Amino acid sequence: MSEQEALFRYTLRMGDNSLVLGHRNSEWCGHGPVLEEDIAQANIALDLIGQARNYLTYAGEVEAKFRPSALPTGQAGPLRTEDDLAYLRGEREYINVQLVELPKGDYARTIVRSFLFDAFHLPLQQALTTSKDERLKGIAEKAVKEVTYHLRHSSEWLVRFGDGTEESHRRAQEALDDLWRYTGELFTPDEAEEVLAKAGIAPKLADVKQEWSATVDRVLKEATLKRPADGWMASGGKKGIHTEHLGPMLAEMQTLQRSYPGVEW
Amino acid sequence: MKASAPSEHSVGSVNAAEIERLLESVKDPEIPVISIRELGVLRGVKVENGAVEVTITPTYSGCPAMDFMRMEVERTLKQAGIGNFQVKQVLSPAWTTDWISDSGRKKLLDFGIAPPPHSADIRALKGGSPAIACPHCGSTETEMLSQFGSTACKALYRCKACKEPFDLFKCH
Ligand SMILES: [Zn+2]
Repeated sequence: MSEQEALFRYTLRMGDNSLVLGHRNSEWCGHGPVLEEDIAQANIALDLIGQARNYLTYAGEVEAKFRPSALPTGQAGPLRTEDDLAYLRGEREYINVQLVELPKGDYARTIVRSFLFDAFHLPLQQALTTSKDERLKGIAEKAVKEVTYHLRHSSEWLVRFGDGTEESHRRAQEALDDLWRYTGELFTPDEAEEVLAKAGIAPKLADVKQEWSATVDRVLKEATLKRPADGWMASGGKKGIHTEHLGPMLAEMQTLQRSYPGVEW
Repeated sequence: MKASAPSEHSVGSVNAAEIERLLESVKDPEIPVISIRELGVLRGVKVENGAVEVTITPTYSGCPAMDFMRMEVERTLKQAGIGNFQVKQVLSPAWTTDWISDSGRKKLLDFGIAPPPHSADIRALKGGSPAIACPHCGSTETEMLSQFGSTACKALYRCKACKEPFDLFKCH
């Protein structure tokens, strides 16, 4: 895999992870358990979707360079825009990790999922602020501040649930036990991630995992929750193989552009 | 990036300082008392051979006001008869609340929004809360209700002295 193709796939995945999780979080808008959390989830979703816009715009530009023949005119351009990539790709063309596409569930499940992702996302974005790729570096410099708040938010709520009532503790532990099998994929590099790690453009996922693991241990301890043992891990999202949940989510997210191609307001 | 065709007007006589003054009328739509220069969103104006280049940077990746502020910059320049311009959006270096000018901080306060703590106060970003003064009564007996407020850039606080809620412009 050439470095350009790896960069395309990497940038696309970063965009897909943020877009899909952002969309899932946005499902709380108007349904939050309390007003402050309704607003918090909408804000976090906005951050993630903003990051996705930066990544998908870049992915389209990178793609136009490495495979101009794939473009409609057979020339360099018109390139796929952020909207093309978000609204006109099918489920199998999305390459996000499966963790982010799972249904939001109850609030404990939403918080546990966010926490497991945020604890991975923050060290990843921190590492990308020293990327040799200027654009990835620039996007990360912004994102790292936002993700710092996300992790703080999900950690605080995880502690509140874990160290709260019997019921909130039970729900948080159940969500954790259930979602744990989706964490393996975060740290299993695909070819694109390996190529970019060698080139100093993206971090080694093993390094990110160390920090993730330390954060998880620290917060779970405070939350009086038990870290599940590593067992069978789900995978496939990075290759476009998804759970049964992504398709319906995309159908809803894309329905307007699919029904009225090119519509604007 | 978007550039419009050169107009017949000559802008040879316009200098960067005048354009910055002109753009003082472009405000943050969510905090309409503060200009994009005071907010630190306006990063620079260059005039070269009659071509104007305005550089702006978003506060947050997902700031919904960004497109609006860009349109306002374009509209303001056009209205002043400047046709040969380009508005460039950059991400790096990343915007920080430290770029909000002193006059901007004062206007935030007058508007009822507590200005952000300086990022040198590391507690502001890392968890613990630095003392935040209530914009209504000045008391520092305040508490955070939520890290996320009415817009991406604000947190929600409450004053224990005067009992009023208020927004804090978050440190970023
Ligand atoms: Zn007060």
